[in-house]
Amino acid sequence: MRADAPPLPPGGWQTELSAVVAIAYRDLLKFLRDPARMVSTFVFPLIFIGALGGSLQASFGRASSINLLVFTFTGVFAQMLFQTTAFGLISLLEDRENDLMQEIFVSPISRYAIVIGKIVGETLVAIPQALVVIVFALAVRVELTPSQVLGLIPTGIAACLLGGSFGLVVLVNLGGQRAANQVFPFLVLPQYFLAGVFNPLAGLPWYLEVLSRISPLRYAVDLVRGVYYAGLPEYERVVLDPPVINLAVTLGLFVVFVGIGTVLFVRHERNR
Amino acid sequence: MPIVEVDKLTKRYKGAATNAVDGISFGIEPGEFFALLGPNGAGKTTTISILTTTLAPTAGTVRIAGFDLATQASQVRRQVGIIFQRPSLDMNLTAEENVRLHAFLYGLYPFRPSFGWMPRSYRDQVQQLARILQIDRELFKPIKTFSGGMRRKLEIIRSLMHHPRVLFLDEPSLGLDPISRRALWAYLLEVRAQADTTVFLTTHYLEEAEQADRVCVIDHGRVVASGTPAQLKAQLVQDFVLIDAQDRAALLDELRRLDVSWVETGGGLRIDVAGPRVHALLRAVTTPLSSVQTHTPSLEDAYLDIIRAAEPQDEAVQP
Repeated sequence: MRADAPPLPPGGWQTELSAVVAIAYRDLLKFLRDPARMVSTFVFPLIFIGALGGSLQASFGRASSINLLVFTFTGVFAQMLFQTTAFGLISLLEDRENDLMQEIFVSPISRYAIVIGKIVGETLVAIPQALVVIVFALAVRVELTPSQVLGLIPTGIAACLLGGSFGLVVLVNLGGQRAANQVFPFLVLPQYFLAGVFNPLAGLPWYLEVLSRISPLRYAVDLVRGVYYAGLPEYERVVLDPPVINLAVTLGLFVVFVGIGTVLFVRHERNR
Repeated sequence: MPIVEVDKLTKRYKGAATNAVDGISFGIEPGEFFALLGPNGAGKTTTISILTTTLAPTAGTVRIAGFDLATQASQVRRQVGIIFQRPSLDMNLTAEENVRLHAFLYGLYPFRPSFGWMPRSYRDQVQQLARILQIDRELFKPIKTFSGGMRRKLEIIRSLMHHPRVLFLDEPSLGLDPISRRALWAYLLEVRAQADTTVFLTTHYLEEAEQADRVCVIDHGRVVASGTPAQLKAQLVQDFVLIDAQDRAALLDELRRLDVSWVETGGGLRIDVAGPRVHALLRAVTTPLSSVQTHTPSLEDAYLDIIRAAEPQDEAVQP
């Protein structure tokens, strides 16, 4: 039977990689062709850093002995990338509702390639946002050396990947986009505070400390700060864990979330 | 050896009391045009979803092109092309971008971000298919602006890019106007003739299934009839003649004398005869006739008979 079959298209890792890039590129094109979405994703973090960071610095800055504008910038930078990618994964459900998922799911590529393609795609969508935030930070005179900017890029990508995998795990058990839009804020907003996006985390009571440690966002934020504040006098007061630990936790969570998320997503799709 | 082998396939959805597909078995030979018919909820879409790997079966085995669906899903996916009941296109992309995404997902070409950077073989293939289906001028336009017929054409181009051995069509002409429907079929039959592609069709339009080599009718998840369209028609419905006369009493008397059996219907007297016997009957009758109608059954008549025959039995087994 197989002998008379026409030659199969080339398989292997090149095919999987090409498919990951193609799925990711599709998401980027979709973003670039949606001006309203572009404007809204840029405005939100600017308001956060500008208004909130600025006012925090004006009110508590002197008392807290660290520059809260810089502190908020680093926090929002990580949080925004984490959140944009996590919310972006909801488009998996959108695709299911628009039936495009059928076409992707009947293709011969690995299910992991599909999911990783989506996460990489949403990461590509988040990166232009990160660049705008960096330019804005320079405009409001957040001190940024070239090496700090270089450090923000890989740590920002790590925040995206973690956010995307977190989004995947959350949405696999949700019925539709509506449910996802309702549930996501409940799972993301508390992490703003538990991860210390705007608020230094020193002296938390034990139960909040436990919740903080199980918030994935904490590791993304702390990784960005660990690299930004490296060698600065505030490092000890701002950074919670060494960057190596944050990076290891981030990668570990990414692998676990993608593994569990993909298996559950495929099961949910096929076992109806 | 059949290219599609389905053996005791069963599917029960979560929380359902009965099986949506209830132990169906059939085989399809390479190059065959196979039509799966049945009323709404008979299990057609469930069957096609399992065969195209988007739904897991509860029990039973399926082999496509020699590959087992349960253990070799990826190989099965390479062998099949699918046109879904509801169009599955990305509305944010152009027609060509949709086709290109498909080419990458099937590993036909390595990723390239634009049409111009794709190898010549791809560009030629897409443009040729688009010309045949007459959407070459719209190839680089966003498909948001496409009509239903154009979207269907685009899906056909896409599904044929990887030269599938079996093409699944799940009610492909749903929502198309008659002109688009006819154009679609003219092209599909041409492809089939050229590439010897096996076609698996589910449809509500019985005239589409008339062209099939073999028809399988399912109802309540079970196979209730199968065979060529001619066999189904021959088994289940007969040709007949409807005659009537101004003086119906005289005609009835004459038919009794001639020993011809009839059934009185609203349209006249129905007599089950076909072929040369029609002529003999008409010659034998001397009562002046007011109307004569011959009736040759369509596949639709056969189908309706099959479904009607299946209904009472199913009702009897329900509590």
